[in-house]
Amino acid sequence: MSGVLSSSIGRKVAMAASAFFLMFFLLQHFVINITSIFSPETFNELSHFMGTNPAVQFVLQPVLIFGVVFHFVMGFILEARNKKASVKYVKNNGAANSTWVSRNMIYSGLVILAFIVLHFIDFWIPEMKYKYIDFLPESPNRYYEELVHKFHSPIRTGAYVASFAFLALHLLHGFKSAFQSSGMSAKRAAKLETVSKIYAIGIPVGFIVIALFHHFNQH
Amino acid sequence: MNMNLKLKIWRQNGANDEGKMVDYSISDVSPDMSFLEMLDVLNEQIISEGGEPVAFDHDCREGICGMCSLYINGEAHGPDRGITTCQLHMRKFKDGDTIYIEPFRAKAFPVIKDLVVDRSSFDRIQHAGGFISVNTSGNTQDANAIPISKHAADEAMDAATCIGCGACVATCKNSSAMLFVGAKVSQYALLPQGQVEAADRVKNMVAQMDLEGFGNCTNTGACEVECPKGISLDNIARMNREFLKANI
Ligand code: HEM
Ligand code: SF4
Ligand code: FES
Repeated sequence: MSGVLSSSIGRKVAMAASAFFLMFFLLQHFVINITSIFSPETFNELSHFMGTNPAVQFVLQPVLIFGVVFHFVMGFILEARNKKASVKYVKNNGAANSTWVSRNMIYSGLVILAFIVLHFIDFWIPEMKYKYIDFLPESPNRYYEELVHKFHSPIRTGAYVASFAFLALHLLHGFKSAFQSSGMSAKRAAKLETVSKIYAIGIPVGFIVIALFHHFNQH
Repeated sequence: MNMNLKLKIWRQNGANDEGKMVDYSISDVSPDMSFLEMLDVLNEQIISEGGEPVAFDHDCREGICGMCSLYINGEAHGPDRGITTCQLHMRKFKDGDTIYIEPFRAKAFPVIKDLVVDRSSFDRIQHAGGFISVNTSGNTQDANAIPISKHAADEAMDAATCIGCGACVATCKNSSAMLFVGAKVSQYALLPQGQVEAADRVKNMVAQMDLEGFGNCTNTGACEVECPKGISLDNIARMNREFLKANI
């Protein structure tokens, strides 16, 4: 096992593992958020559980932060090493043999990173302040109002929509790529084409719908 | 109809020279010429004008040795598919075209001169494990006596058709050698003869690949498209599985 992370394949497999974790987390996050469209009560209940359950707060949350940080740091490391390994051509026709999304994971990733920073400022920092700095009493019904309030601003809503579009680009290549990196044959990975498209487009579009729904249903 | 062409060719006088693109014109090129024959004609023209001919690699000129290279109009082995540069014909171009000709570029493939690059990093990866150790004392068991499924034999043969040209590295945005190494690992991983040394083979070859400074695979699939022998991306996934098996 030793030294696996210092090998090119080990790094790729670790990258894929963190990506699987993020994709699972994203699905779970989506399932909770989508309830806000049809049942504010359910959304409040689920958010209250996630926000106060010690296992979620003190086990899953640190694991998630580690997963996110690991993924983008490893993304930067891989990008830096790949840049170092390659020499620029005067004329290169990348589109002849590969998709734009596969060649630009670092750029779609950077947009997602910017989004995650915004997301932390928007939700996570106020949440931490509320609970662990100001020690305000928990009111189990505050979550829905907070969510709706965030989507008041058209600029913020626009930034959310744009970021999720880039997430879709990231996943259009990333979903299948993670399976291949973990050793699944290209033939089997090709069978995942439909699932991959449903996930890569469906989940980001779902988040976009949630953002737009609350933006246009301000009360 | 014969063609008049503009060529933009990378000229570099040795590994330490900066190198630059130089413009040439060539006329009366027959569409039936191979790309390398066109370069032969250009070189005769350059020599008759007292210049230094363009250095480029070639040997068999029939797509089996893997010696020819060249990045033509932004693609390894040029615009055609499933061929090496020596199998590329001038009929793929039109009268008046401008053709960019560059060496295969990667840190692990340093330029020797003009379009000739040093691909001995591939040899060193092979030396690290791309073989099976067989006692050839005369009592060697007949390979045909070992039953092998048709499917495995076919896949091993497909992997073994890799000619080590380096187009996969040249075309990869990360200069990754994983298609080449994947093919060389797979051709043995699929056969019983390869099992005994399988773990050491994959570990040592991957270690050498990293040491040579090749990049990481991002699964863009460009290598598979540009490979003259149609080596499949599956070989990279198989190498990853072999590597994990050997390490965990
Ligand atoms: C935080 C900002 C992010 C950055 C900077 C980033 C960067 C990258 C980069 C550079 C790669 C390509 C690695 C390579 O193969 O060379 C990659 C792969 C991937 N990313 Fe991200 N990413 C980010 C967030 C995310 C998120 C939130 C998800 C999913 C919810 C995700 C899912 C994936 C997947 C599935 C892959 C493919 C893994 C593989 O090829 O093995 N990424 N990421
Ligand atoms: S895998 Fe294909 S492109 Fe790469 S060295 Fe072998 S034959 Fe050439
Ligand atoms: S010269 Fe031998 S493959 Fe092209």
